[in-house]
Amino acid sequence: MKLVVVSAGLSVPSSTRLLGDRLAAATVARVPGEADVQVVELRDLAVEIAHNFTNGFPGPRLSAALGAVEAADGLIVVTPVFSASYSGLFKSFFDVLDKDALVGKPVLLAATGGSARHSLVLEHALRPLFAYLRATTVPTAVYAASEDWGADGLAERTERAAGELAGLLGVWPPAGAGAGAGAGAGSRSGEAYESGVPSGPEVPSAPGAEAAPGSGAELPPVVPFEQQLAALRP
Amino acid sequence: MMQFGIFSVGDVTPDPTTGRTPTERERIKAMVAIALKAEEVGLDVFATGEHHNPPFVPSSPTTMLGYIAAQTERLVLSTATTLITTNDPVKIAEDYAMLQHLADGRVDLTMGRGNTGPVYPWFGKDIRQGINLAIENYALLRRLWTEKVVNWEGKFRTPLQGYTSTPAPLDGVPPFVWHGSIRSPEIAEQAAYYGDGFFHNNIFWPADHTKRMVELYRNRYAHYGHGTPEQAIVGLGGQVFMRKNSQDAVREFRPYFDVAPVYGHGPSLEEFTAQTPLTVGSPQQVIEKTLSFREYAGDYQRQLFLMDHAGLPLKTVLEQLDILGEEVVPVLREEFAKGRPANVPDAPTHGSLLAAKNVRAAEAAAQEGARA
Repeated sequence: MKLVVVSAGLSVPSSTRLLGDRLAAATVARVPGEADVQVVELRDLAVEIAHNFTNGFPGPRLSAALGAVEAADGLIVVTPVFSASYSGLFKSFFDVLDKDALVGKPVLLAATGGSARHSLVLEHALRPLFAYLRATTVPTAVYAASEDWGADGLAERTERAAGELAGLLGVWPPAGAGAGAGAGAGSRSGEAYESGVPSGPEVPSAPGAEAAPGSGAELPPVVPFEQQLAALRP
Repeated sequence: MMQFGIFSVGDVTPDPTTGRTPTERERIKAMVAIALKAEEVGLDVFATGEHHNPPFVPSSPTTMLGYIAAQTERLVLSTATTLITTNDPVKIAEDYAMLQHLADGRVDLTMGRGNTGPVYPWFGKDIRQGINLAIENYALLRRLWTEKVVNWEGKFRTPLQGYTSTPAPLDGVPPFVWHGSIRSPEIAEQAAYYGDGFFHNNIFWPADHTKRMVELYRNRYAHYGHGTPEQAIVGLGGQVFMRKNSQDAVREFRPYFDVAPVYGHGPSLEEFTAQTPLTVGSPQQVIEKTLSFREYAGDYQRQLFLMDHAGLPLKTVLEQLDILGEEVVPVLREEFAKGRPANVPDAPTHGSLLAAKNVRAAEAAAQEGARA
């Protein structure tokens, strides 16, 4: 089981990273078997992310990070609140990620800020972003204001959110495993995971067996030309 | 034989070292001078872009290529690329057949979808149909070039009844077609399906991406029965700036690189040369880098270099072409020929396509005779 934490914290050490680590630890504690946790620090990728906008392709370290996110079974994303929303760096990372990379992927949303007044940024900014990316967001999003690090409540919310994420990880087929994987555990292997092999004129754009666009790791599956041509016949 | 040549975007860009912007007339005439120089220094191909918005001048490729054809003897005139999406395929069929006659067959085309979104609506097309337009328009273009009378109905164009495209292709042999795409597997698939060439511009993206696209094309080419994967027809772009001493090349090119359209204001020259095929250095470095393309693309047929962009003055570009033609390409021809399997075909030309057609006709006649 691969869990990836995406942290947009800027300071070292960073409370954003700390929140991500705690959420990851709480999740891992609830998942049976081996769990591999990788942390993507966007601070270290800031220049490559900017270059991706000007070049059109990711540099080597960004490419590896995008690949890790695409291959993850679940994500924990954490951003500081800047100007009433997620940070620009946080958004930029998801702007250079392939738009289909998160389809169906369980994502735990989290944010940090100076005071609790910004906590609804999780619902008003982060959740719509991940809804657009068709991720499966866990119901509980975790906000940590400065004061929360010395108060009751954060640990409880952390546990609740981690439990929800762990629950989704249990039923979701591993990304990249293609059709059938984990299908017995529930009905969540929806059409997006039906097959990596094209059987009709529609290109399966979901992260199936062959598709991992964005990281540049693989080309999307190709539709046989006769089908493309036939689809155009009047 | 591999072909070597140049491809021009035709951008009108201020020279960052002087602040001077050439006029459109100057830029157009410079493109012609560059093409003539390409023939003079022994290159095989000149290809022009097609654009319909400033700061680019080449909106009318066959006008320019016809003018160049009249002043050259050997140079193959090509495009990089012809907008198969927004041009009427009927007009492409006519324009390039006409050019083919005037140029005595020294014509081929690279089909592309363009890089400027608004060109679609400006020409009355829907960008969301980009791939489908490329597929349908090209399917019609092939029929117009190979069938005497065409009756046709499709999704994107008014139907044709009893249409004959004139002039017919020279000797009944349509211009060879390459399909260019940076990232669309559908286009590699299209090229493979028809047994056409596949051109990867190769200059803005890391090599491993180009490798995957070329591999896909080669495998699908074999799938469709045109030959082995190694026999597929591959073209690559490249981008170089050379001086005798590599430090001089870097010093002279850096101000152009730093503000160049597309990649300027982004990564450093050093990062970009490390990650993409761009080579800035000595002729020997260019030779080594270009020879390395074969490691990921296999033995291929056509290598085009981008030489005139980002505001480089004409004088500098002509000097670059002298170095390319005198010091680089002769070595590349020799080195690429080494170890090249005998079954890897040469770059198709009008002559080779006509010869192949005559062989097919003779075989058909012999079979007919055997039956009679």
